Amino acid sequence: MTEKRHWLEHPATQNFLIPIFAVVLSFAVGAIFILIVGQDPFQVYSVLFSQTLGNSYGVGQLLFKTTPLIFTGLSVALCFKAGLFNIGAEGQLQIGAFMTALVGMYTVGVPAFIEIPLLVLAGMVGGGIWGFIPGYLKAKTGAHEVINTIMLNFVAAALVSFFVTNVFNVPATVHTPSIAPTGRIPRFDAVFSGFQGSPVNFSIVIALLAALFVWYYIDRTRYGYELRVVGLNSKAAEYGGISVSKNIIVSMVIGGAIAGLVGTNYVMGYKYYFEEGFSTGTGFMGIAVALLGNNNPFGVILAALLFGMLEYGGLVINTMVPKELVSILQAIVIIFVISSNKIFRKILVNFLKKRTLSIND
Amino acid sequence: MPYAIELLNITKRFARTTANDDITLKVESGSIHALVGENGAGKTTLMETLYGLYQPDSGRIRIHGKEVSIRSPHDSIRLGIGMVHQHFMLVPPLTVLENIVLGAETTRYSLLDLKKTTAEISELAGRFSLSVPLDEKVENIGVGIQQRVEILKAIYRKADILVLDEPTAVLTPQEAVQLFKILSELKEEGKTIVLITHKLNEVMAISDRVSVMRKGKIAGEVETAKTNPQELAQMMVGRPVLLRVEKAEKKAGEPVLAINDLSYVDRRGISLLKKVSLEVGSGEILGIAGVEGNGQSQLVECIAGLMKPSSGSITLDGISISGLTPRDVFARGLAHVPEDRIKRGLVVEMDVKENLILGLHNQPQFSSRLAVNRKSIMDNARFLITKYDIRPVDPDIHARGLSGGNQQKVIIARELSRNAQVIIASQPTRGVDIGGIEFIHRTLVEARDAGKAVLLVSADLNEILSLSDRIAVMYDGRIVKVFPNSKVEESELGLYMTGSKGDSQMKAVGS
Repeated sequence: MTEKRHWLEHPATQNFLIPIFAVVLSFAVGAIFILIVGQDPFQVYSVLFSQTLGNSYGVGQLLFKTTPLIFTGLSVALCFKAGLFNIGAEGQLQIGAFMTALVGMYTVGVPAFIEIPLLVLAGMVGGGIWGFIPGYLKAKTGAHEVINTIMLNFVAAALVSFFVTNVFNVPATVHTPSIAPTGRIPRFDAVFSGFQGSPVNFSIVIALLAALFVWYYIDRTRYGYELRVVGLNSKAAEYGGISVSKNIIVSMVIGGAIAGLVGTNYVMGYKYYFEEGFSTGTGFMGIAVALLGNNNPFGVILAALLFGMLEYGGLVINTMVPKELVSILQAIVIIFVISSNKIFRKILVNFLKKRTLSIND
Repeated sequence: MPYAIELLNITKRFARTTANDDITLKVESGSIHALVGENGAGKTTLMETLYGLYQPDSGRIRIHGKEVSIRSPHDSIRLGIGMVHQHFMLVPPLTVLENIVLGAETTRYSLLDLKKTTAEISELAGRFSLSVPLDEKVENIGVGIQQRVEILKAIYRKADILVLDEPTAVLTPQEAVQLFKILSELKEEGKTIVLITHKLNEVMAISDRVSVMRKGKIAGEVETAKTNPQELAQMMVGRPVLLRVEKAEKKAGEPVLAINDLSYVDRRGISLLKKVSLEVGSGEILGIAGVEGNGQSQLVECIAGLMKPSSGSITLDGISISGLTPRDVFARGLAHVPEDRIKRGLVVEMDVKENLILGLHNQPQFSSRLAVNRKSIMDNARFLITKYDIRPVDPDIHARGLSGGNQQKVIIARELSRNAQVIIASQPTRGVDIGGIEFIHRTLVEARDAGKAVLLVSADLNEILSLSDRIAVMYDGRIVKVFPNSKVEESELGLYMTGSKGDSQMKAVGS
């Protein structure tokens, strides 16, 4: 077995190629749906791409949609590395964003260099607490995190809904009063004129830093090593003197804290208040993002860009095809990612086999 | 004699490997044919091709002289081929009878006709002395009996060719003898038997002919009467092999690991360890023999901190380690080669270099608070891979990509690199090929010569006999016998292992 490995056989190449394969396939299937509704797929796709990637306003919109997806994607990905399926990013981001808004409205007059970190921290604490609860229950009682995070999503939604309609709201609205002006994260268009009108703001930098942190934590620290061992083989972790329950709790807390950062984009960077229903399932899309990004922080960024594009692109092509088409496209991407692993590898194996045969003959 | 099986020029390729390369194997009707070779030599692939689990890329198969195409086990069963897999394919909550008829039920007005079936099976069982309790649930019977059920199942499906994959791996010596008796009787009745194994003494004891496979090819075929284990081992490995461990006499030093009256009661209240006492001295290998499931695993896990003993004491160098966490036990000077390398000892989805620091990852040379030291992890891996001859030489490959023997070497390399005083080696060579076994045995003896206290737990009596300085036998959670040296017959050990002989309680203390 001294033969050199074909470059296609390297896991890293495959991890990169499989999602691309899935995306291409799903666009192809999407084309069929476009044909069914009587439109020209090439035209629809060309509008989709040109309106999102073709001008800086579109790019700004796309990046604005991308930012929260990076946070929730990272949250799911990190928990997944620890062997946990965090369905609770939605609840965690609700609590986190609400905390950001709450702290922001009561801290008027604090200088920006304190106020901004403070509000960021508030979001992380809120999301972290919402991650801690299922983490603790899992570690101490074995209660499954999938069930508990789903349940806590309902609790979070109901809680913020109650407070934002009854307690902390601007009368006759379902949003809170504005946060202190010093807590605002500047928009891109304040600096680059090209992004005029699009809501993208510098919270995307926080998202990129979070990705860098997750990568470093998982790949370069002993805590990340322990987390991965726990995720891959908890019995080996136990054997190697690694506390499984501690790692479960810690990763749920970190995952929750990262999801809690979603508020930086909306509350600190866009509307400056918390509004009921501001997140349209961003937490759940995070699962798809993590999946497509192969739970790799940089993969998550790329996947978030794709889903961000689809989300904004859905509005762009709204006049040509029903907006449901984009939801279908998103769903198909996910289905293909899940199932293409095997298909792709099978194609690969056959390809390599033929190749070795022809060399041997 | 005509051939029952003719595999002609069979080639089976997987993506990167050629598991079977132009193999021709002919098995005479009514004979016992042994198929030996190291792990990964292609024995199981070849037999699973015969059984229809794989389709060969090229080659032909003839059964009783007739060319056939076997697309699935369904075809092979129809052709009279039965296979007893290494891991039994039984349904534990069903009775023996139900398991035997499963998938081949006799029906009457589309209802199960168990009465008729019972009679048929009893007749078969009687004819081949395969006595099994038909109405007992499979989960309540021992592995030896389960294996008989598997054989009976195949015969009930009218198999006249029987393939057994490593059938003695799970049996006690007594059960193995029983099995061989059954196989001889099957042969008398005209059945053809293919025995996959890597235990050479079994080959010598029962087979008529032997085919040796190496790296996907047939390395040789001989008549059993005209060969010897040494020659077979050489054919398997491709170089001369030491079958006996060379070990100088050595006087054991002071006891380092001392266990006193250790008991463990599990959650259901079942007592799995009953007042076990033993001592292991420096420079000594204490072998623990026993049929699996007689408390050995619990004993090891209690020592390693993976289970909390119910009572009793464990001391290492005079300091109690009972009830400490695995991390603290490691810190006190214990190395532990766990019995199940895939479940416990390795993270197979991680690369070799990361596996080589499991449990050592907190040590300052490998990580500080803020970052792991990637260079020293890599250097450590390169060093250990060379020192322990781990193949392939690639610190970045996932542990899953290694053969069983090399996976085990990774664990042994890591555990010995702890430089601990006490080494627990649990089933250290299970599923490891001959070349690997030789290396692992030598390593353990070297550790003993360097003054380490070694506690060896193994279901393989050969291993116990050739490595141990003293032997303790465990049965039903107790130590029932201690032999002060390894000069003891296998059959004698077997009697203690099955509880037919033995004192109610022995202390493996002192020598």
